[in-house]
This record gives sequence, C-alpha cells and structure tokens, in this order.
Amino acid sequence: MFYREAGQFKSTYSADMAVFPIWQDRVGIAVILALAFIGVPLIGNDFFISSVMIPFLVFSLAAIGLNILTGYTGLISLGTAAFMGVGAYAAYKLTTFFPGINVIVLVLVSGLFSAAIGVLFGLPSLRIKGFYLAVATLAAQFFLQWAFVRVPWLFNYNASGAIEVPQRTLFGLPITGASASPETRYFVCLVLVVGLTWFASNLVHGKLGRSWMAVRDMDIAAELMGIKLLNAKLTAFAVSSFYAGVAGAMMIFFWYGGGEAADVFNIRLSFNILFMVIIGGLGSLIGSFFGAAFIASLPTILKFGLPALGVPLSGAAAEHVTFMLVGALIITFLIVEPHGLARLWQIGKQKLRTWPFPY
Amino acid sequence: MVQAPDLLAQTIWEGLVSGVLYALIALGFVLIFKASGVFNFAQGIMVVFAALTLVGLYEKGVPAFLAVILTLGVMFALAVTIERVVLRPLVNQPDIILFMATFGITYFLIGFGEAVFGGSPKQMIADQLWLPKGAIDLKLFGGLVSLQKIDIAAAVIASVMIAALAAFFQYTRIGRALRAVADSHKAALSVGISLNQIWVIVWFTAGIVALITGIMWGARSDVSFALEIVALKALPVLILGGFTSIPGAIVGGLIIGIGEKLGEFYWGPLIGGGIESWLAYFIALGFLLFRPQGLFGDKIIERI
Repeated sequence: MFYREAGQFKSTYSADMAVFPIWQDRVGIAVILALAFIGVPLIGNDFFISSVMIPFLVFSLAAIGLNILTGYTGLISLGTAAFMGVGAYAAYKLTTFFPGINVIVLVLVSGLFSAAIGVLFGLPSLRIKGFYLAVATLAAQFFLQWAFVRVPWLFNYNASGAIEVPQRTLFGLPITGASASPETRYFVCLVLVVGLTWFASNLVHGKLGRSWMAVRDMDIAAELMGIKLLNAKLTAFAVSSFYAGVAGAMMIFFWYGGGEAADVFNIRLSFNILFMVIIGGLGSLIGSFFGAAFIASLPTILKFGLPALGVPLSGAAAEHVTFMLVGALIITFLIVEPHGLARLWQIGKQKLRTWPFPY
Repeated sequence: MVQAPDLLAQTIWEGLVSGVLYALIALGFVLIFKASGVFNFAQGIMVVFAALTLVGLYEKGVPAFLAVILTLGVMFALAVTIERVVLRPLVNQPDIILFMATFGITYFLIGFGEAVFGGSPKQMIADQLWLPKGAIDLKLFGGLVSLQKIDIAAAVIASVMIAALAAFFQYTRIGRALRAVADSHKAALSVGISLNQIWVIVWFTAGIVALITGIMWGARSDVSFALEIVALKALPVLILGGFTSIPGAIVGGLIIGIGEKLGEFYWGPLIGGGIESWLAYFIALGFLLFRPQGLFGDKIIERI
C-alpha cells in the first residue's frame, strides 16, 4: 500500500543507479538509524544494550568482513576469529604505546595491522583455492591463537595472560574501561559500524567490488577482462581482515572490557561468523546484519524466550537445541534459499510493491 | 638429536601412532570425497558421535559387542539420512556449497550427540572389546622405549582395515561401481549404477571407519567433543597425501604425525612450546607451494 514506486521517475543516471532508488527505502533507513541512535538508548535498559545490542553490532561488522571475502570474492575463510584477535591485540598494544591518542583512532588503526596479517595469509590464495584455501586460513587460526597465548609481549607480560583494557575518554566521557556506561560504548560502536558499513557499501558498489564479484563468478573470465587477480584477491583479504580486526578490537574494548582474549577468538567464533554469513546471505551487506542478529540472538531467545512461553528448557538443553537448530538451518538455507535471509527480505519487498496483485 | 637416540625413537614412535589415527580420520574424508566429490567436514564429528553412541549404549546396559553392532546400525541410519536430507537436494551444486552443508551436519551432530549422551568426557570400553592394555618396554640404543600395546593394536587394525578397503574397492561389484562413480557421475549413471545407493554405501563405509577410529582414539584418551578439533588435523594430512588417494591418506598421516611430534620435541621449547597446534598446517602449506596435488593425488589442471 505504502511501499509502491509508482510516480517516482528518475531523470538522471545517478538517481537510477542509487543504492536506495525508492524514497520509501530512504525513509526506512532514516527511521532505522533514528531508532538505533535515539530509540535504543532511550528505551533499552543496560542489560539489553550491553549484552544484546553491542554484541550484535560487533558481530555484524565481523560478518561484513567475512562476507566481503566469502560472499563477494568467493574465497572461503575459517580464520576470521584469528584476524579479529589481531585487531584486538594490536589495539591493546597501540593504546599502551600511545596513551594520548584517542582510542577510536587506535581501534581503526589496529584494523590496518589485521589487514597486513590477512594479506600475508591470503598470499596462498593466488595459487590455491577452495578447500586448500580453507587449510591456509585454518593455519592462520591456529597459529595466531597460539601466538596470543605464547608471546608475552602481546599482553604486556602481565601475570594473568589476559589483556586489560585501560580507561580512555572521549570529550571527557569514559568510553572504555569499567566506568564507561553501556550507552556510551553503544554509541561508539554504532558510529563505527554505521560509518564502516557505509564505506563497505561504497566499496562493493564501486570498481573494486565489481572486480571482486567478477573473480567470484568466474576467475578466468575476470582475468580475460583485465582484472588483476592478484590485486582483487589481496584487496579482498585486506579489506575483509580490516573489518574483522576492527570488530575484534571493538569486541575487547567496548564489549568484554578485557579478559582472556585468546580464548574468545577461537575456531568456534570463526565458524559462528561463517554461519552468520551463510544464513544472512552470501554477498549481501544487509544479510550480514540479519545473520548476526539471528545467530547472536538465537541462544538468548532459546534460553529466556522459551521458558517465558511456558516451554521448560534447561540451560544445557537450550545449548544443544541451539547447535542442532543452527546445523539444521544451515542445511535448510543452503537447500531452499541459498541467498539467505537477505533474499527473503528482498522477496518480501517485491511482494509489497505489487500488492495486492501477485505479479 | 644424536645424544639421545632412545628419546628420538620414542618420539618417532609416538608420531607414528598419532599419524595412524590422523590417517584413519583422513581415510573417511578420502572415501567420501572419492565417491561423491563432497568434502566432508563432518568426518571428525562422526568419529566422536560413533564413539559416543558405542559408550552410551554400553552404559545403558547393552553388552559390548552388541553395542558395536547397534552403533553400526546407527551409522547406517545416519548415512541414509544424510543422503536423503542433505545430499539429494544439493546434487549438482558447487563444491563449496556442499562443503558448507557438511558444517551444518557437524553442528547438528554436536548438538544431537550432546543432547542424547551428555557433553562430559566418557571412558572408552576398551577392556570389554578385548583391546590390550599396558606397555612393552624395549631396550633400544641404551635407553628404554615404551610402546603402548593399544597403539600397536591400533596400527595393526588400521593396516587390516586399509587392506580390507583396498580389496573391497578392487575386487567386489560394489567396489567397481564406487570407482566408476568416482571417475564420472554421468557415465556411472548411464550404465545403470544408482548414485543414491552408492552414496549411502560410501557414507556408511565412512561411518564404519569413523567407529573404528573412535574406538582406537577413545581408548588412548577419553571420548569427548575435544576430538572435534583434533579431527581438523586431517585436513593437512589430506593435502599432503592428495584428496583422492587412500595410500596418500596413510603416508600423509604418518608424515604429519612424525613431523609434528619431532617439531614439538626439538623446536617447540625454543619458541614457547605447544607448536603442535599449528605445525601440521604449516607443513601442509609449505608442501602446497611445490606440489598442489599432494603426494599421490590426481593432477587436476586448474589455472588460477
């Protein structure tokens, strides 16, 4: 009824090629952003913000990173968590060396370190692909995780082996450390995620993104058209690891606030982020958000939602059900809807456009 | 290295033993990859699941050998289910999609196994299955080298199983059909081989291999979901040996097993220890650069 594009005529090419060509979509995005920036901090309580919204933002960013690599460029990676860890440790080291520089800048800069490591482990992708590449990224996962535990320089030689995030401020407000309020941390995460998503959207709609997709669809044809595979694959690794690194730094600085970082960035996390990408939709930015929301909220929903509905379910059983459900859903999505939740969203919008007529 | 030849021998022996177990897991991968082109990520969890089922049934009061037979039945049911639910709808999809689908199987089996049998580590029923225990001490190079009997049994059983599999592939009707399917799905279909049947057989065979691996591995340590991570070691083994070669899985397993034990023993302390967790992957990666098809793999010419 409201979602109809009749009468919206484009008179320039740029209007026709816009990311959101329909004004309802633009309004929708504005409403979502307004909700995220104003609604959530106003309505949500501390628990909701710090253990639902912040993890959601962190996972979304990591999923966007992996989606750039796996969804847009077609290179599989099982080492996302390790690259997140690189970001976290880089940010920690940087803030020890440069306590005067704002931590948000450092979080972004730590992404560059992660990108460098990502390129290093992406080098084999020039010679190998598919399962072979999965082994290369697994090597990154296990090697980096080992390094986080065994290289004391990384956690400043402290006895516990954990990294502790110091307190840092922005405009006089503490944004990291124990005294930072959930709202402030949420705002910082939100700004970072929105900014980086906008950046990613511009990347994938631009020349670089086109070359990634060409490599994904058929690498030989892409090469014939003059796309340099070396550049395309390595930039995909770099950008993907950059996003993962920033997500990892955010995870430690704004969510966990320290702790056993090496345990956090384990292979389970890598798999979970891969599942977010698969279920959300390969090759779709909005799918990364859907997938992150889905996978991150599933355990919570099962743990607290079902008992509230009167279905008794113990914590352990909820965990088992989560595993089974995630496994079953991956298979279901691969069979029924390989483009994931993002495609369902698209279909829904398409139906609305022609409503009440089916075609 | 020269000062302690007995320690060297001990290290090599331990490497050989873990190599045999890696090889057994890799064997399950190879079987499935050969016949259906599916890279089965779930092989590791199938090992855990088979062992858990066996121990779980025994704890419910089923006699040990009956439990083995029942577990085989469960693995057969699993093979049929996977073929029906996962493989048949996904036939002709890109390899990477099928690979991801096996992630789904992995997670489902983790949840299912934990829900049915509980997540705590269990003791493998080694005695009831007449597996030997204890150790043989050999006097070698002026020192003692201790060989666990269970390890020797594992090596023997693995060899027997590999010989049996080779004979099965070489001499039986089904084995011929499997080789035909491995060569070309279409050609096999056109001479009247049922792909669905073949897939069930292959996944069931992989299930049997998984059960034997599970028993052997469970007898050395406990049966727990921690094995799932260890099973990831099968990937470098496969790369080393070639994805389609049964002898390759064995040789690759032994190389990785010995390589990582020696590396841990001699170079591990230099850089902080625990390098076993990633050394295998680096050996495989280094190898990839020189011989991407592995030691015995088919050379697939694919320019990237």
